[in-house]
Amino acid sequence: MNEGRAAQPGRLRTYLLGGAVLAAALTLAACSGGQSIGGGSSSANSGSPYGFTTAKQNPKSEITVWVDSTRLPAAQAYQKATGQKIRIVTYDGDANGSNSFRTKMELFNRAGSGWPDVVFTADDNSASWGSLSGTGDLAPLDKGTKNLVPAATLSGFAAGSLGVCTVNGSVYCLRNDLAQNVLWYNKTLMDKWGYQVPTTWEQYQQLAAKVATQHPGYIVGTAGDAWTPEIYMWGSECPASQVTGPKAITVNTSSPDCVRAAKMLDSLIASKTMSTQDIFGPQFAKQEGSKILMMPGPDWYGGSVFQGLLKTPKGQIAVAPALHWANESQPVTGAVGGGAWWVSAHSTNLAAAIKFATWVTTSDAYQADLAPGYPAYTAAAAKWIAKQQASGYWANNIATPITAAASQVWTGWVPPEFSQESVWASTVSAGMAQGKSIESLLPAWQSAITNQAKVLGYTVSK
Amino acid sequence: MTTGPVIADRAGRVAPATRPAPGPGPRRRIPVLATGYLFVSGYVVLLALFGVIPVIYSLYLALTRPTGGFAGLGNFIQTAEDYRFVPAVEHVAAFLVLWLVSLTVFVVLLALVVHRLASRRGKAFIRFAYYIPGALAGASSVLLWLFVLNPSVSPVSALLNWTGNTQFSSVIAPGHLPVVFMVIAFWTGAGGWILILYGALNTIPGDLLEAARVDGAGPLSTAWHVQLPLIGKWITYMLILSLAAGTQLFVEPQLVSQASFGVVSNYYSLNQLAYQYAFTQNNFNGAAAISIDLLIVALVCAGILISRGRLFRTD
Repeated sequence: MNEGRAAQPGRLRTYLLGGAVLAAALTLAACSGGQSIGGGSSSANSGSPYGFTTAKQNPKSEITVWVDSTRLPAAQAYQKATGQKIRIVTYDGDANGSNSFRTKMELFNRAGSGWPDVVFTADDNSASWGSLSGTGDLAPLDKGTKNLVPAATLSGFAAGSLGVCTVNGSVYCLRNDLAQNVLWYNKTLMDKWGYQVPTTWEQYQQLAAKVATQHPGYIVGTAGDAWTPEIYMWGSECPASQVTGPKAITVNTSSPDCVRAAKMLDSLIASKTMSTQDIFGPQFAKQEGSKILMMPGPDWYGGSVFQGLLKTPKGQIAVAPALHWANESQPVTGAVGGGAWWVSAHSTNLAAAIKFATWVTTSDAYQADLAPGYPAYTAAAAKWIAKQQASGYWANNIATPITAAASQVWTGWVPPEFSQESVWASTVSAGMAQGKSIESLLPAWQSAITNQAKVLGYTVSK
Repeated sequence: MTTGPVIADRAGRVAPATRPAPGPGPRRRIPVLATGYLFVSGYVVLLALFGVIPVIYSLYLALTRPTGGFAGLGNFIQTAEDYRFVPAVEHVAAFLVLWLVSLTVFVVLLALVVHRLASRRGKAFIRFAYYIPGALAGASSVLLWLFVLNPSVSPVSALLNWTGNTQFSSVIAPGHLPVVFMVIAFWTGAGGWILILYGALNTIPGDLLEAARVDGAGPLSTAWHVQLPLIGKWITYMLILSLAAGTQLFVEPQLVSQASFGVVSNYYSLNQLAYQYAFTQNNFNGAAAISIDLLIVALVCAGILISRGRLFRTD
């Protein structure tokens, strides 16, 4: 009896081992083929009229588009307007540094199939990894002898708005919307209390000091979001994200331009006029929603925050020109996001993909009539802002300051391959939650950006 | 804990080897052996497909370069020198210590309590109650916890406020995270283990407990001197599987990272770091090296526990 049982595990082990080795050999054989498929700079091709190796085209194949839930109406409007069938997939839109677009593309590259044709993203760092000098997953739109998108269409986008799409002189995306920062404020309260709308950050700080003593509880902004640096640091010309080449970045968070913004935030947080909660978190609307006197932030705050989240009554909210520091000869501001549409280099129906991407970014039927944010396409933007004004919700002329700010975005801040928002959140926001001042966290911010950049192969200079 | 080399999931409730059945006579040996192979074959196939082959494949990846060619220990060195590696090791180690200790103490205690309960209906109810959290799939139960941990929506907000945490950001402060993840992991995974240990306690013959009572042992000394030594193997078994699952900490920090809009970094644990390597750095080889690190740690610890706990001694 014991003899039989003793033999069993040994023999079983032999079978197991044999089977495993055989299976492993099969797997490796199968996988070694799969690895080379997909991206790689080899897809750049000067022989192709488009400047890259295209997949075999099939004008009848149905295109797949990825949108976030906010952009779902764009894809639906396209179907309605053109009668063309497309496959719509909703995903998180790459928001909050989730990086899901790239994650999925890496998986498809490994599998050698499955790529979508057109993708919307809310963050703008895709060009830095997907261009021909990176994975080659994204189609250059104006390369080669036959541009995918005509130069006339590209020149219709606001000046500088395609900067985030451009690598080595080629454009890789069509910008959906701009997200330039302006100063939102509650005109009813400002008038009632006899306050002057500030134009510089210095005046803004002085007014906040008055608010702290005269109307405690009211806030002049929030520093709790991951995009806080894109409002206050970017707007202060803080050199934390100066991408100088495909794999080179200059970071200097101890520059006086960063320190002045950090000091301002610290003093406002100390006087409790600056909230530290994130706008879309569960507490902000409940606790601070009715206490907003001013709020520096992107143009989309109007629709998404005041009308959507906080449901501030009509006739109270107004817009002033973006705040700037007094010593700036040319006023500059920052930007929070502003999405873009990317076309896959693997698409088997590039014509349909380009048609879709062009339509959703340039057509009045979506950009002027339905879009929630300021369109990047100039012609649509004029109509969009006129429509906003005509709605009667706003307490002043919002078109002038928003349009002016569109061309004031400081070009010294360029999104790198990684998300600056998630770096800020995991270092500065995390430190703030423990009661540290932002100024004291600047060195930690510096090393976090540096570390993240180095891991991705960047050369970092200060 | 869904990626990486899966040895067993946290709630992997494969019962440990029960006591050997009376041996078959010599004439019936071959048919019984065949039946035995038939019984294990399903498991062996799945083990090969989802356990052994992925491990061999990641070993292959870990030892080669992304561009092809033998890399030696290059990927291991590169990942170990990553600025995120050491903090991730510390995070996982802190979590493991807290989790394994709490698991052992509370699971054994609760199993003993259920076992001592006199009322049959009470027992049935409590067994069911223990099992419910385990029936929720991993990610969804963590999502549930995101609500519990947020003071503005939590049903136990009074308790959170009492501990001085009035905002979500302070609940998930770096120092609290090992405890937070331990609580979540205990809540989702302990129920099944309580039932297994309860089952183990049931295998202790009644006359043994009766004898202990006659000899004057109270509930405590019975538990300490009679019941615990007899269920020691089951506890070791629980520790091995929990250790393997715990080193693969992933879902909890990943979801907390997303819920906190990145305040908790998305490379808190080693498995997350491997995920970052694979999917944001396009370096599957580095990711494989980290998973092999985890596999080695889990194997060594399991080996120690098996030899110390005499898990496979068949006397």
